[in-house]
Amino acid sequence: MLRIVVIRLIQAVPVLLLIAVMAFILMHLIPGDPAVVIAGADAGPAAVERIRHELGLDRPLIEQLASWLYHLGTGDFGRSLVLNQTVISAVAERLPVTLSLAALSLVITLPIGVFLGILAAYFRGSWVDAAVMTLALVGVSVPAFWIGILSVILFSVSLGWFPSAGYAPLLADGPGPWLASLIQPAVILSLFQIGFLARMTRSGMLDVLDQDFIRTARAKGVSEWRTVGRHAFRNTLVGVVTVAGIILSLLIGGSVVIEQVFALPGIGRLVVQAIMARDYPLIQGTMLLFGFAFVVINICVDLIYLWVDPRVRYD
Amino acid sequence: MTDIALSASRPIELAERRRFLALRKLAAHRSFRIGLLIVVTLVLAAFIGPWLTGIDPTAMRIRNKFKPPSELFLMGTDNYGRDVLTRVLYGGQLSLGIGFFVALLSGAAGTIVGVVAGHFRALDAYLMRVMDALLAFPAILVAIGIGAALGPQATSIVVALSVAYIPRTARVVRASTLVIREMEYIEAARVSGAGNLRIIFKHILPNCLGPLTVQLTFVFAYAILAEAALSFLGIGPPPPAPSWGNIIAEGRDHAVEAWWIMLFPGIAISLAALGMNLLGDGLRDVLDPRLKIES
Repeated sequence: MLRIVVIRLIQAVPVLLLIAVMAFILMHLIPGDPAVVIAGADAGPAAVERIRHELGLDRPLIEQLASWLYHLGTGDFGRSLVLNQTVISAVAERLPVTLSLAALSLVITLPIGVFLGILAAYFRGSWVDAAVMTLALVGVSVPAFWIGILSVILFSVSLGWFPSAGYAPLLADGPGPWLASLIQPAVILSLFQIGFLARMTRSGMLDVLDQDFIRTARAKGVSEWRTVGRHAFRNTLVGVVTVAGIILSLLIGGSVVIEQVFALPGIGRLVVQAIMARDYPLIQGTMLLFGFAFVVINICVDLIYLWVDPRVRYD
Repeated sequence: MTDIALSASRPIELAERRRFLALRKLAAHRSFRIGLLIVVTLVLAAFIGPWLTGIDPTAMRIRNKFKPPSELFLMGTDNYGRDVLTRVLYGGQLSLGIGFFVALLSGAAGTIVGVVAGHFRALDAYLMRVMDALLAFPAILVAIGIGAALGPQATSIVVALSVAYIPRTARVVRASTLVIREMEYIEAARVSGAGNLRIIFKHILPNCLGPLTVQLTFVFAYAILAEAALSFLGIGPPPPAPSWGNIIAEGRDHAVEAWWIMLFPGIAISLAALGMNLLGDGLRDVLDPRLKIES
């Protein structure tokens, strides 16, 4: 087990390296000079030049890349140009917000999506089935941030049920305010994924429900509940885990925009601010984090396969 | 003599019949029909509607500001007294145009990458690793980065979103290419002296067209949604020229007292994306039966 994790992590190194280099190239495509931004509006050219030199921005691009990669190797992600802190501390400060949001959304999405998917497959062609397919379609057609704004107007401004913006840390403020600050964005993110998960679960279940061992289970008198829940559903788990991995990646991507709607101080907001301010080290660091999260999610998905389906082997 | 003539004409007839059959299946496909109806209506509304109303979408009449929907202003007016209906109609031109060109550009670039990776196996690993790495970033972040780099213009949004969606189209084309290149008719073409270019253009590309078209209708839908998200983040097409995204972005500040400004363009976006998704579902069922999800 440990061996597999180590091998997968080593295999991921080239991809991560490529991600790092691409994050670097992508960000240096941005014209505009962070030194000018930092120096302020009334700084002279000499001051800008001095800052540029201090930040190493006057060196050739390839040298900057090499130096950045070298420091990455030693675990040094650099300092933010705009915020007065290191990239690591800026990320560490905001990571709990994004992780809380993604985790809460996943906790909402998984049971509901799977349950609806099973129902839709079992009562195929019924109104449940039609509702699930409609929800899946709406999930890929309606802009999430738009629903977010409408929801703020209705639930926060008009009804006053939830705070409209901001984040209450779990440890400092306790679970009540924490949940209240996250429930609205989390439910909205989930709404867009539940249909997708239900649709994929449904098609997996349809494949299994037609098979002989299901007929056998029914014939030998296994209860319908057990047939569907144990015999059929267990065989779709690999597919469900795959989709759950994709959904987690989508949730992390979706948080970029939804954090903006609800003014949540998470990684998504951090990266947008960093891009706007041309804060190279911060952009590179956060982009790398997104890429790293993607790789880790994929490794986790592969490992969960082993656990849910004993037929899966990695040798 | 007659025998030869018959056997020569048969493959052509067959191909024609198959094409006809696909069209008939599409015409009978319910979600394809609904999707087509929605998309055609929106395109007509966006490109003919403004010409019928004859109102300037940027004309400000401060006296009329924040008028709720009424007989005179069907979708109300915004903070400058501009007619929201007119702006939504004009906004459709920009938003649908962006969707169309993103599908076109990412389709073209993705096809090149996909065919090269699938056909010239030596390049496959390198190209697809780059695509995987690009896919590791959320598409919206790639688009924000490139969009910020190129500045707030409609064309930079098109470029940014096209790059962000290249990996998706490249994967689809590569997968089809890998299947097609093992077919016997490719071997036959090679034996009869066809070069790589001829094989790619005459045999591989035409056979990738089905799955590619399906994917591109979905890219079209993503692009319309992403344009709105980018506008909301402040990197969309700049005002005063309306796009569905920037009408919402501008209306957000007045969302509480004048909800209609951001409600209607949002509905337009949802309808457009819904229409394209329905079209895509229909096309997938008919053109690409291997990927069929409904059964």
